[in-house]
Order: sequence, then structure tokens, then C-alpha cells
Amino acid sequence: MMTMSEKEKPFGIVAEFDSAKSLLHAAEKLSDQGYTVFDTHSPFPIHGMDDAMKLGQSKLPLIVFACAVVGFVSGLGLQAWVHNVEYPMIIAGKPDFALPAYIPVIFELTVLLGAFAAVFGMFGLNMLPRPNHPVFSHSRFHKASDDAFFVSIEAKDPKYDAAKTKDFLQQIGAKNVEVVHE
Amino acid sequence: MGSPALALDPEIARATLVKGDNDFASVTNKVAQIVETPTPKAWFVFFGLAALLAGVWVVSVGYLVWEGIGIWGLNQPIGWAWDITGFVFWVGIGHAGTLISAILFLFRQKWRTSINRAAEAMTLFAVLCALSYVGIHTGRPWFAYWFIPVPNQMGIWQNYRSPLMWDFFALNTYFTVSLLFWYVGLIPDLATLRDRATTKTRQIIFGVLSMGWRGANRHWRHYEKAYLILAGLSTPLVLSVHTIVSFDFATSVIPGWHTTIFPPYFVAGAIFGGFAMVNILLVPAREWFGLKELITLRHVENMNKIILATGMMVGYAYCMEFFIAWYSDNDYEFFTFINRAFGPYKWAYWSMFLCNVASPQVFWFKRFRTSIPVTFVVALFVTIGMWFERFVIIGTSIHRDFLPSAWGYFRPTIWDISTFAGTFGVFLSLFLLFVRFLPMVAISEVKGVMPQAKTH
Repeated sequence: MMTMSEKEKPFGIVAEFDSAKSLLHAAEKLSDQGYTVFDTHSPFPIHGMDDAMKLGQSKLPLIVFACAVVGFVSGLGLQAWVHNVEYPMIIAGKPDFALPAYIPVIFELTVLLGAFAAVFGMFGLNMLPRPNHPVFSHSRFHKASDDAFFVSIEAKDPKYDAAKTKDFLQQIGAKNVEVVHE
Repeated sequence: MGSPALALDPEIARATLVKGDNDFASVTNKVAQIVETPTPKAWFVFFGLAALLAGVWVVSVGYLVWEGIGIWGLNQPIGWAWDITGFVFWVGIGHAGTLISAILFLFRQKWRTSINRAAEAMTLFAVLCALSYVGIHTGRPWFAYWFIPVPNQMGIWQNYRSPLMWDFFALNTYFTVSLLFWYVGLIPDLATLRDRATTKTRQIIFGVLSMGWRGANRHWRHYEKAYLILAGLSTPLVLSVHTIVSFDFATSVIPGWHTTIFPPYFVAGAIFGGFAMVNILLVPAREWFGLKELITLRHVENMNKIILATGMMVGYAYCMEFFIAWYSDNDYEFFTFINRAFGPYKWAYWSMFLCNVASPQVFWFKRFRTSIPVTFVVALFVTIGMWFERFVIIGTSIHRDFLPSAWGYFRPTIWDISTFAGTFGVFLSLFLLFVRFLPMVAISEVKGVMPQAKTH
């Protein structure tokens, strides 16, 4: 399908829908037709879109949990090591292994590493930052962060066929259907 | 009774968090144009004044570093006074921002969407002011790195069983997590500003800051999960921060500090004082920046309800402290409390009581809850009252030591006053920069709660 003689490889098709509702239905129909490598773009997250696109659960909680455990263990480890091994010293009559007094630092480090994992894990899973992307070349895509709703179907999709996909999108109510290039 | 705009049938009132004839594009416009139009002259006037006050802070802190904390009025027996009062005051104010952004999010209070951005910014700037006090009150801020657990040539390690170390970890975690939460929330709106940019410079700046956000649902999926997790982490975090601040006092053996009621009492007070500050900032902002349809009277009313509720909790704590002081049958404890209310600092104690317990009582009436002037005046009273609360707790508990030969009375010096006033300059300068250069309402979140966003 993609010949190297073409100057630019097509990335896929980007098409506009006029509301959150019609975007959701479009995503449902694309899924039903067997499309898998497509995405929707909207100014705010749309409730129910994950199901419409047949996306599973985000893996982010697992990453956060793992990092929070690291925070917990390092908080406990740091304090236990300092007070029992490296620099044992009795202050205010507290025992060296004073677990209750260790709790605040353990808790804070658990939260800190969990929060780092949530944010940077999200960037990682989303492959961001990525300042430019083929979808930005659609003529109206700058409205995607304002009040417009888009579908992008990648050429990588096994069901992708420039003409047929375009027809199908128009059939289900898409406007401004454009082929965008890498 | 009440204003007609709010006396709607509850179903309708629920449906329209955004007032007026607004669609997605008009919401984008309303918020984004604030930072895109030429800077209004009034902004320069306000910023100039705030920056001048921030300059006073720079001079005060500069002189402090040069000369030492002897320039403040601190001396035995009063080793902590305006410095720690200022610290607790500012860190408390920060708590309202996190309550709005995290706790109200978990409770699915959708009205939070139009005030959370500004409240989170307020949190960051207030916590910065608090951190500045932590840095300077030791008198040798260049040794602040001693807090950080790194191997050093002295072979010394920190004492992690000390509340001051807990405080260091709590505050820094709080600041970092608040910053991350705020930034994550900003990303879709930074993309909006990028897409609306008319100059190359703006496009590049917002392009970099928005990380190339393209509103993709495969991104929203992880983004929303990250937001939920951050809210879930911030909720216990914010409670822990003021709890740990209260531990600075409660784990000591000073009568008046050594009480178990401190953690919940401090947290309630923090939320109370913080919401007052949100009102002080947002009541004029909604007026001047044309945001009345987004930050509606309902928002103001809801915040006043929270002020009333937390004010009652604080009032309960004041009374319960007294009861326990008597019930404990401990002479020193009881003396401290009698001295607090009827001793040389009685003026501070009763100012606190009137401002914090009496003034919010007007909010039992809907007429006052929805009145902008009343809201603003009560918010000012509460802010003053919460400063007095911290001063009363800190100052009155230590100014009369166990022996009358070690009794004293604190008088602030000009440097105590200028440092504290200066923190307001720093805080307001940062907040004015924020409203000038970043969207002060979370555009994408507001769109998500509009009726047009419904898919069924």
C-alpha cells in the first residue's frame, strides 16, 4: 500500500465530528468495523470513550504501586540504617529502632515516589513529550483543544484503506476528512 | 429568601455549573483571552505595589542573613514568635488549595472545576512563603542542606525521630506533589494556549510546556488515572502536613503545646484560613477578569459554608482545650490556659476568638453567604484571626516559663514586621504573575462538567 516512491508516507486519516456524543458513536462504529489503531481527540476526556474504543485498564496504578513500595522501603531503610548502623545515638530517650517516630518520613517518601511515578509514568505511557505529531497537520486540528472533536485512523491499521475508510467516515457523519502525512 | 439566581429548582441548579449562554468555545475564549490581551494598566499598578512589598522582604531577609536573628524580637523565654507564626500561617493557607483540588475531586464535587486552578496556585505560593520561613528562621540558611540525607565530611546524620525532620520531609513532599498536580492539570490548557498562539514565541513556549498534548483519548485514559491517583495521594498528604506541623508543638513537653487535639485542630484551622484566602483572591478576580459566569455565587456560597463548618470545628477546639486543661488537673496546663485568655496576651486571644468563631456565624444566613461584600470582610477577619491563632498558641505558651524569673513579653521589631509583610508581597507578586500568564480557570475541566459534554 505504501510505496517508497511517494514523497511522504501517509500517517492516516483525520476527520472531524461535531460533538462529544457523535465522536463517541463514531468510535463505537469504528471498533465494530474492526478498526484497532485509531484514536479520538477531544478538548476534555469523554466519559465512556475507553469502552467505545475497547481499551483496557491503564497500567499506571501498577507503576505507581511499585514506586510507592520503593518509597516505603527506602524511608524505613534510611532511618533504620542511620539510627541503628551508621550513627546510633540516643536522643530524647527514644530507642534506636523507634518505628512510630519513623512513620512520618516513611509516609512522605511513599507519597513522594508514588506521585513521581503517577506523573512521569503517565508521560511515559503516553510517549510524551512529543512536540510535533502528524495529526497536527490537519487543517482544523488547532480546534481540538477548543471545541472540536476528531478521529484519527492510522495507516498501520490492518483495516485501513484510504478510499474505503474515508467513505466510511463520511457515512457516519464525519466532516473535513483529510489524509495527513508523516 | 435568598437571591433569585440561586433559588432555582435543585435539578436545574445542578445542571448548570456554568451560568449564562456559554458553549465550549466561549469558555475557552473567556479564560484564554485574559492571558492573550495586552496587559491592563491596573495590573501593572497592583504588580508594582506587590513587587515593592516583595522588595521589602528581600531587604529584610538580606539583613537577617547579614546580621543574624538577633534583629528579630526573639529572646528567652520566647524563642519562637513571628517567624514560626508566619510559617504556620502560610502553610495553613496552602491547605485549601489541596482540599479543593484533591479532596473535593474524590468526593466528585464538580463545582470545584472553576476554582481549583487558582486555588492550587495559591497553595504553591503560600507553601513557598512557608518554606522561606523554615529556611531563614534558623538564622543560617546556608546550612539548610544539613536537612538533606547525604553522606558528609562531618560523618553526621540527621535525627529522624525529631519532628523538625518530619516537617522538612512533609513540606518538601507537599510542595513537590502540589507542583506536579498543578502542572498535570495545566497541560491540556497549555495546549489550548499553544493552539491559539498568534506569535511564534508563544507557540514555542506553550508548545514546550504542553509537551505536545493532542487531546488523544489514549492519552486521556492515562491522564485521568494519573489525576485520580494524585488526588488520592494528595488527600492523606495534605492531612499529614498540618498534622506534622502540629507535631512540632505537640511532641514537646510545653504546657499549651503538649496536647493530642492538635492534629485535627490544626488541619481544620488550615482549611478554614485557606478558604478565606481563596475568597480574598477570587472574589476580586472574578469581578475584574469577567469570570462571573464560571466562578458563580454558588461557588462563593459553597466556600462560605466550608468556612462556617471549619470555623465551628476550630471554635470547638478552643473550648475543648480549655476543658481538658481543667480536667487534666495539671496546674501548669491550667495556668497556661488561664494566662492565655486573661493574661497579658488576652487582647490577642480575644481577637482570635472574635475573628474565628464569631465572625463566620453570619454565614448561617443565605443572604450573607451570597453577599460579596460580607464574604470579603469575613474572609479578611478570618485571615487576621488565623494569624492570631498561631501567635496565641506559640507566644502565650512560652512567654511565661515555669519560674516567674523567666517570664517575658514579646515585642516585634521592625524586622519582624517587615519580614512578615514582605511575604505578602512575594505571595501577591507570584499570584499576579500567575493570573497574567497562565489560565486561571481549568478550561478543559470546566468543559467536562458542562451539559454539552454529556454523551447520553
